[in-house]
Amino acid sequence: MTVLACTLEGIGFWAPGLPSWEAARAFALGGTSDPDGPRKPSPRLLAANERRRAPETVAVALEVALGACQAADRDPAGLPSVFASSQGDLVIADYMCATLADAPATISPTRFHNSVHNAAAGYWTIGTGAMHPATALSAGDASFAQGLLEALAQLASGAEAVLLVGYDGAAVGPLGAVVHSTGLLGGAMVLGRGVRTGGTVMQVRIVEAEPGSVAADGPLARHAGGNASAPMLPLFDALAAGSARASLDAGAGRRLDITLVEHPAMQGAAHES
Amino acid sequence: MEPVAVRAWTATTALGSGVDAQLAGLRSGRSGLRPNDLGPFVDGAPLSCFVGRVEGLEDAPLPAHLAHWECRNNRLAWMALQADGLPGAIGDAVRRHGAGRVAVVVGTSTSAIGATEEAYTRLEPGAGGTPSFPPDLARRAVHTVHALGAFVQEATGLQGPCMTVATACASSAKVFAQGARLLHAGLADAVLVGGVDTLCGSVLYGFNSLQLVARERCRPFDVARGGLSLGEAGGFALLERAGPGDDALKLRGYGESSDAHHMSHPHPEGAGARLAMRDALARAGIGAADLGYLNLHGTATPANDRVEAAVVAAMFPGTLHASSTKGWTGHTLGAAGIVESVIALIALREGFLPGTLGLATPDPACGPQVRPEAGNTRIDYAMNNSFGFGGNNCSLVFGR
Repeated sequence: MTVLACTLEGIGFWAPGLPSWEAARAFALGGTSDPDGPRKPSPRLLAANERRRAPETVAVALEVALGACQAADRDPAGLPSVFASSQGDLVIADYMCATLADAPATISPTRFHNSVHNAAAGYWTIGTGAMHPATALSAGDASFAQGLLEALAQLASGAEAVLLVGYDGAAVGPLGAVVHSTGLLGGAMVLGRGVRTGGTVMQVRIVEAEPGSVAADGPLARHAGGNASAPMLPLFDALAAGSARASLDAGAGRRLDITLVEHPAMQGAAHES
Repeated sequence: MEPVAVRAWTATTALGSGVDAQLAGLRSGRSGLRPNDLGPFVDGAPLSCFVGRVEGLEDAPLPAHLAHWECRNNRLAWMALQADGLPGAIGDAVRRHGAGRVAVVVGTSTSAIGATEEAYTRLEPGAGGTPSFPPDLARRAVHTVHALGAFVQEATGLQGPCMTVATACASSAKVFAQGARLLHAGLADAVLVGGVDTLCGSVLYGFNSLQLVARERCRPFDVARGGLSLGEAGGFALLERAGPGDDALKLRGYGESSDAHHMSHPHPEGAGARLAMRDALARAGIGAADLGYLNLHGTATPANDRVEAAVVAAMFPGTLHASSTKGWTGHTLGAAGIVESVIALIALREGFLPGTLGLATPDPACGPQVRPEAGNTRIDYAMNNSFGFGGNNCSLVFGR
């Protein structure tokens, strides 16, 4: 049984009414959300004109990524990154398909290059100057879990720390009646190989599971349950509550069994046992 | 890095299905590109360009038990999965390790968006009269990026970690790096990597909007090149940890980087491309002079070829044989990484180094590395470059 371990160095979070990890944690512990809060974050990394034009999915991904790096006290330019999104940008997908059906030759070049699944990863590297590897992946409901496996594999292969970002936006148009996602949601973590005082150690293993066996009934999972990235929320709920365990759906009859230890007792880096 | 055995490998492109078809096409100097006849149409005409279209997809439906995955991209994935003994190699890996220890890591740029595009041309009144997908296309699992990975997982019965990597045109090169890491970390004992991308309106009219599509067949590295020709392709490779004395060809190194420059223009000095190639050589533990063949990204866009040629001229001795094979297959986008990795493996196995179809007068940025003509030499190391939108770069080194 392979167990991979890492240190959770910092968390970023954004959901409607919960514009930071601090707000999300307070809400999960019995506080309230801000119903009049902004509908989308305004990513500080982008120039003013790009900030207005940036797709919502890019905005939320950059916001939580920066939040996690700041919480970890890590320079964003020094980190490789893994961006996990179940659906990418469904607003642009709706635009592309509707335009191709009506007037294909009028496709906007900017919206086309923003339609790639790695748009958020690309804008992140441009905004931060990070020349380290960036990847973008999808695994449906298991997107964040599979992104976590890739991040752990990077740590095991020599990376000192990795940025992991999960995000999705709202589905619109005819596509939105088939592929479901509501609101805007982002969660990010900086994961390190070394032990840090005050950091949470995460130990992760893959176990067999019945489909639907991962409980998603915490406050954050209920708050943003309609979003395509909601399957990552049981981990964030567990972290907010200070739980010792969490589970994530890993797809195909598997789940990730995650042990969370607040005060690191183990020595050193990711290891196999 | 520890070398990773490439147990089986295959590609299906406009040149045909399987490794022999790729080798025969590359040897013949006959392009797989033909006038575009795919929609969407404007004023009754398709976009005026050449495409690398895979023959026979229209007449190759998925088997009945996989019919819920129907779409052009999954048809191509299925066709590619049948070639070069891949089913047997996957079965052997499952017997050795168990299905739960064999991962699926596949790359794509647009996955099954062609099916979503079709649905938007056939909208019909749904509940409350709102325009809705026709019933045959109202299948949630198809209209998503992970349609490829989830289909391959179900079609093969593999149950290890499964993800669809979508970093534009670097996608199915990065899958080799991720596969190697999953093996190294102990998260899998074998990894089916690969990539599939099919021609669709999004890429034809999207690249057209960026004024990057050539009207004639693409001419990589030629001074008169006019842009890229789009293609479709699928391919796979089965990776395992190499054993002592293992005679399989091997992944010896990978390098990944970000340009951190622009969403659709390469870094003007190729800083990211240089980093990716440097790291791939370093992981392989070889110097630039040890490389025998380099399959260039070579899209035939003005910017890519100028930047890539200059970096290669600065990094490698003139004895290196480097070429772009996109004149045969077109730019197969998210499948380019696997297709051109297969060509690098062909170069290693056969000692046949392809030239650059369509290259007559090299761009002044080209050094002697960029070859119009094919060569025949036994080599020990071959590299493949794949660079994508978002400034996403990946270079792979294969060896013995």
